[in-house]
Amino acid sequence: MISSNVTRLKSVEQLSALREKCLKNSLGSDAKDATEKILLCAGGGCIASGALKVKEALQQEIEHAGLADRVTIVPTGCLGPCTNGPVMVIGNDKVFYQQVKPEDAKEIVKSHLIHGKIVKRLIWHEHVPDGKPKPVPLQTDINFFKRQIKVVLRNCGLIDPGCIEDYIARDGYQALGKVLTQMSGQDVLDEVKTAGIRGRGGAGFPLWRKWDFSRQAEGEIKYVLCNADEGDPGAFMDRSVLEGDPHSIIEGMAIAAYTIGAREGFVYVRAEYPLAVERLGQAIVDARNTGLLGENILGTDFCFDLEIRMGSGAFVCGEETALIASLEGLRGEPRSRPPFPAIKGLWGKPSVLNNVESYANVPAIIFNGGEWFAKMGTEKSRGTKVFALAGDINISGLVEVPIGTTLRELVFDIGGGILKDKKFKAAQIGGPSGGCIPAEHLDVPLDFDSLNELGAIMGSGGLVVMDEHTCMVDVARFFLEFVQEESCGKCVPCRLGTKQMLDILQRICHGEGREGDCELLERFAKDIKASALCGLGQTAPNPVLSTLRYFRDEYDAHIHDKKCPAGRCKALLAYHIDSEKCIGCMACAKKCPVSAIIGKPGKPHEIIHEKCIHCGACMMACQFDAVVKE
Amino acid sequence: MTDENKCTCTCESSEDKLSARLGELLAKYRRRPGALMPVLQQAQGIYGYLPEHVLRRISDELREPISKVLGVVTFYSFFSQKPRGKNLIRVCMGTACYVLNAQGVLDAIKDQLSIDVGETTKDKLFTLETGRCFGACGLAPVVTINEDVFQRVDPASIGDILDEYRGANVADQQEAGA
Repeated sequence: MISSNVTRLKSVEQLSALREKCLKNSLGSDAKDATEKILLCAGGGCIASGALKVKEALQQEIEHAGLADRVTIVPTGCLGPCTNGPVMVIGNDKVFYQQVKPEDAKEIVKSHLIHGKIVKRLIWHEHVPDGKPKPVPLQTDINFFKRQIKVVLRNCGLIDPGCIEDYIARDGYQALGKVLTQMSGQDVLDEVKTAGIRGRGGAGFPLWRKWDFSRQAEGEIKYVLCNADEGDPGAFMDRSVLEGDPHSIIEGMAIAAYTIGAREGFVYVRAEYPLAVERLGQAIVDARNTGLLGENILGTDFCFDLEIRMGSGAFVCGEETALIASLEGLRGEPRSRPPFPAIKGLWGKPSVLNNVESYANVPAIIFNGGEWFAKMGTEKSRGTKVFALAGDINISGLVEVPIGTTLRELVFDIGGGILKDKKFKAAQIGGPSGGCIPAEHLDVPLDFDSLNELGAIMGSGGLVVMDEHTCMVDVARFFLEFVQEESCGKCVPCRLGTKQMLDILQRICHGEGREGDCELLERFAKDIKASALCGLGQTAPNPVLSTLRYFRDEYDAHIHDKKCPAGRCKALLAYHIDSEKCIGCMACAKKCPVSAIIGKPGKPHEIIHEKCIHCGACMMACQFDAVVKE
Repeated sequence: MTDENKCTCTCESSEDKLSARLGELLAKYRRRPGALMPVLQQAQGIYGYLPEHVLRRISDELREPISKVLGVVTFYSFFSQKPRGKNLIRVCMGTACYVLNAQGVLDAIKDQLSIDVGETTKDKLFTLETGRCFGACGLAPVVTINEDVFQRVDPASIGDILDEYRGANVADQQEAGA
């Protein structure tokens, strides 16, 4: 929303004046505000957990208590710990409340807002392995938050994404103003080069190089494109930036457009993200009305406008040439490169294509300088990276850390360790193009090159944690099935090769693995990697190769012993009764739906394997842990 | 296209209204490059699916061969040429959801509705589809029904969730009857 008194800005001075004005009544100010702010997460995750109902209830209670002029609720972008939603932060002290329900509104208003007493039952509890959870009331003291450095997510959780004034108050569009009035395209390029930022979409190609190619490419018409087709399962950082800080993407794209000489841009958002489309759409309209998009931006000669295009559920459209084909209104089939999109992209014109996280970094780099950015991260991978933690981990959600932070820090110190204190088995990183990192490499620094060495990739930063009950052969099968379904079918290695690999993996999971299957998988993988047309096919075998590399014993157990050590592959499960533990209470025999358990009362029972359907009912029924799964 | 796919309700003018909306949509996009995708997406929004006569009209008015239009429609999983049920159930089969037993949830829904993925129940109340990550991995496993998101779904709770929509349908019908 934009207040009616904001008119089209005609100069950088007017932008600065507006910033001063916004700062006075915005959250961006560190000054003790007269009004108390409730930052309520309205990210996709918290909304699914009921954040909007909580907001409504809080608003009612605030009005009821006559506090409406003293307390404001600000719906913000993602605060991070999605598992604990709906979450909120109150006041300058930053008291953090989690899993708030509408019925808690009354107590929060009465106790916290009126009497200044923290509602203890709703505060954060730090997970302590084998111990009592430790209460931590303030956001700034919580491990999950205090170990993060936020550059991309600098505004997420602090501003109302629907309010351009909030963004401007936090130095938003200052970088664009600086670029338009003080820098040449070459200056911008040099700054980005100094920063050393590599593209955050997966491959890690230096950003300045891509921009330089397009800048030097000849042609009147050029395009700036944003890949917001975040398709990797387990990744949701782009979604959070689109929903929580859409103006940072617009500003980043405008700076890219100025650098290469483009007047038009497109953001390609996947259809699964309707809220992101809505918020970005609103942000584009607001930016246009404020004179930050469109003709003669900030009174200069620079003109640039943006349009959103939606995907329609095709994973391959995350590949750059497929995305361009889809924007052109065609089937999203990749094209062979070269020519690269930077030279010949959308409708044959030079096009810079980066992902959401890359663009969101750009205003911060220009505003603070490339050297500031280059100080973070490792020598070859500068800056920060946003990771999406999910799977068998205590705190699922979004975190941003300097590149080079170790996997152990991320999973245990920030993510609070493994669910139910089980054992860490592997972290899958980089989605269907990535790989699994086993426990022995927990201390790997998360940077582009270290991950490549281990057979994984940084990818978009989706990190799915798996505990000891995950079958790695099944995980490889899962990803192959994914790729098989999403293969566009244009090239043979991907269309047929992945099908063959999937067939083999399915056979192994069904207990029909044969001698030599692992070698055959490796051969297929090598050929597909070498011959597939696009990134999707070339990286499709990675999940299989990485599990073969680190969990070969599990493949062998499936193939030779016809056993699934993790107990996930149904066809390979066998239930047994431990005769030493069994007291013959008959509880299991009574529960068995197919009468597969025999034995006399008081005597150890036995399972008839021919009859057993592996439903697990006996295991649930046994009070003495006598039923074991193998 | 067979007759059974046509609208069976009694509102005679509805087809005209839909057609007029499609006309407006086509007029807006007629000369814009790359218009096919947004037009198909919005046409599906108008009709609920993409019937053949709609695809032919889009082909005529955007001057794109019908083969190309069909090629695009069949490529993307969000486009449907079959009418869908009143409620669209989508089960996320992304990695995080899969690790936390999305397969069990999907099996339970299939079992309860007696349909497979991509099918619609006989009473046209539910269509079942799977999705590849909704980006709500912190809440896995996730199921969406229309615009509603259900989080941390376990197979045992499927019955209750579906009943909410069955109940809503009964209420709608009673309202319509009264």
